[in-house]
Amino acid sequence: MPSLGADMEAGTLVQWRVAAGDTVARGDIVAEVDTDKGVIEIECFESGVVERLVVEPGAKVPVGTVLAEIRSTDQLPPHPTGGATAPSSAPAAAASVPASTAVPLEPPRPTPERRVRVSPLARKRAAEMGLDLSMVQGTGPGGAIQVADVERAEPKVGPPGPAQASPLDSMRRAIAAAMARSKREIPHYYLQTRIDMSQAQAWLRAQNQQRPIEQRLLPVVVLLKAVASALRDVPQLNGFWIDGEHRLADAIHVGFAIAMKGGGLLAPAIHDVDRRSCDELMADLRDLIPRARAGRLRSSEFTDGTITVTSLGDGGVESVLGVIYPPQVAIVGFGSIADQPWAEHGMVGVRPVITASLAADHRATDGHVGARFLDAVAHHLRAMENS
Amino acid sequence: MTATDTVTAQARKITYRDAVREGLRAALLADPRVFLMGEDVGRYGGCFAVSRGLLAEFGPERIRDTPLSESGFVGAGIGAALGGMRPIVEVMTCNFSLLALDQIMNTAATLLHMSGGQFNVPIVIRMSTGGGKQLAAQHSHSLEGWYAHIPGITVVTPATIEDGYGMLATALGQPDPVLIFENQTLYNMEGELAADAGPVDLRRATIRREGRDVSILTYGASLHKALQAAGNLATAGIESEIVDLRVLRPLDDATIMASVARTHRVLIVDEGWRSGGISAEIASRIHEQAFYDLDRPVARLCTAEVPIPYARHLEEAALPQVDTIIAAVQTLVKP
Repeated sequence: MPSLGADMEAGTLVQWRVAAGDTVARGDIVAEVDTDKGVIEIECFESGVVERLVVEPGAKVPVGTVLAEIRSTDQLPPHPTGGATAPSSAPAAAASVPASTAVPLEPPRPTPERRVRVSPLARKRAAEMGLDLSMVQGTGPGGAIQVADVERAEPKVGPPGPAQASPLDSMRRAIAAAMARSKREIPHYYLQTRIDMSQAQAWLRAQNQQRPIEQRLLPVVVLLKAVASALRDVPQLNGFWIDGEHRLADAIHVGFAIAMKGGGLLAPAIHDVDRRSCDELMADLRDLIPRARAGRLRSSEFTDGTITVTSLGDGGVESVLGVIYPPQVAIVGFGSIADQPWAEHGMVGVRPVITASLAADHRATDGHVGARFLDAVAHHLRAMENS
Repeated sequence: MTATDTVTAQARKITYRDAVREGLRAALLADPRVFLMGEDVGRYGGCFAVSRGLLAEFGPERIRDTPLSESGFVGAGIGAALGGMRPIVEVMTCNFSLLALDQIMNTAATLLHMSGGQFNVPIVIRMSTGGGKQLAAQHSHSLEGWYAHIPGITVVTPATIEDGYGMLATALGQPDPVLIFENQTLYNMEGELAADAGPVDLRRATIRREGRDVSILTYGASLHKALQAAGNLATAGIESEIVDLRVLRPLDDATIMASVARTHRVLIVDEGWRSGGISAEIASRIHEQAFYDLDRPVARLCTAEVPIPYARHLEEAALPQVDTIIAAVQTLVKP
């Protein structure tokens, strides 16, 4: 069970898309997993032949649990312990994050494949309280959850009863956990700057005039492209803070915040934004947004983000100061593009202006780096007509 | 009412040995069918001086010395029981009772079944048990857990003055064999015997101390070690509930499970060996009947799996002790 986010502890296998004996290649979708964030398509991170499906559909298992065993095509028949399975050892735990990211999204869990240890009494009490044991930290021997841990845990909101927590509740909890961790652990610093969008808008208009309506570009594509280009100039903001260490990512996968209808939020990754054309990015967004809202994202999209962009321009706000999604080290915010007075060359004119903001992890970078990054974003947006 | 009656109407300070003797006297006085036999019970007054004075009081017909032949005199006791008597057979230590195991298991425990319900065997067999007196391996083992394996008999372990006195009368009232295991280290224990002390039940375990944090299930001499440990633990804020099992066959599941349901953590202290012992049986029943009340796996403190050593320090190290009980409880209750 891959980790599909820093806050994910367990997932429910919804269905297998492969059967024992099938040949699979890295990147193939092999299963669907239900998480706090909806149903996610799990991509395979090994190539080979499916030896055995270990987990049955319907089972909820902790992150790190072996889901299936795959025999590599260049490997001897498997060791009886299922050594061919990726997440069965500590080094492989990192590989349980799909391999397109060089940096693991979170530190390997100390005991990835072990069953969660819960005392019988604690399990009974949690069921009575309607408490999800995956939200409980065990303090007993070997981290076992005991009844005291259950009783310490936050009681379920709302009237008691056997009713299942709704997916929205669990997404809310996941957001709460990630954001609380972020604000607890990450010393944020904030910078913002106003950017003249005249050139970018002119470029967009010119581009869109040549396109049928369904292929027209939205301003957000330009913003994403500018962020990716700026990250090439200032790579320090593209990466992670893990185990007290700043690790740069070697690709630019931008997590794009998408609001869910009915509340909640996902930030699936758009891969290699710096290497994608604006048309390709637009196609990515047209594919991604409906899938995110339908709860059908792929595992790599959950785990691969190296920075997050949140654009609240549609809501009419002037600016947004974001909360970093751990273990990332930065989040870029954009407000709405609005006509504003703009002084330049001793003249005051009216220009379309956007406020770009940066919230960054002060453990990883300093304000000077952040300032250079925002300046680079502004530079790339103003230079759009040349691209 | 005489002056003597007034004195005896109050609780008396008495040793466990004297309480057992008083129980024997009361039984001998109450029923002419009752008699005592065993090695050295008459002229010598009993290996542990339990029957001292009884020969003079009741005469050689009712206080009978036997040859050193456990199989022979236990068999004779079974025959007497079948013949309508109420024999009390003393086997000096349970270690020697193995010589009579065939009589106990294949005859006494089985005859009711083999006779299609025609012949009960109302025999009471008393044995000393346990280590701690430097009597070495052939005199120091605790075999009550073994005997609790056998259907058809009752196995009791009186650990208090009251039970030492009162269990015998109840046992003599049973239609089937009762084995009484008296721990050797308890004979010198002093305590109070109520003036109105009498027969006690042979079905129930008893809570000797109430506590919310952990249940210590034990019996015999270990009961007193557990009580002392509980006193020390209480000063550290750990409240132990002490369950005196009293009867090893049939086990009082209801009392055990009720205690588990209150404390959720269990330590079994058993002077028998761990493997295949009565502690294993109790732990298994708890898992069967009270699994969802457990917050920790059931813990056991048993005698080291060695022949009981002669050397004092080695013997002490082999048996459950107050400090090892304290350590086991601390491990069990710490978060």
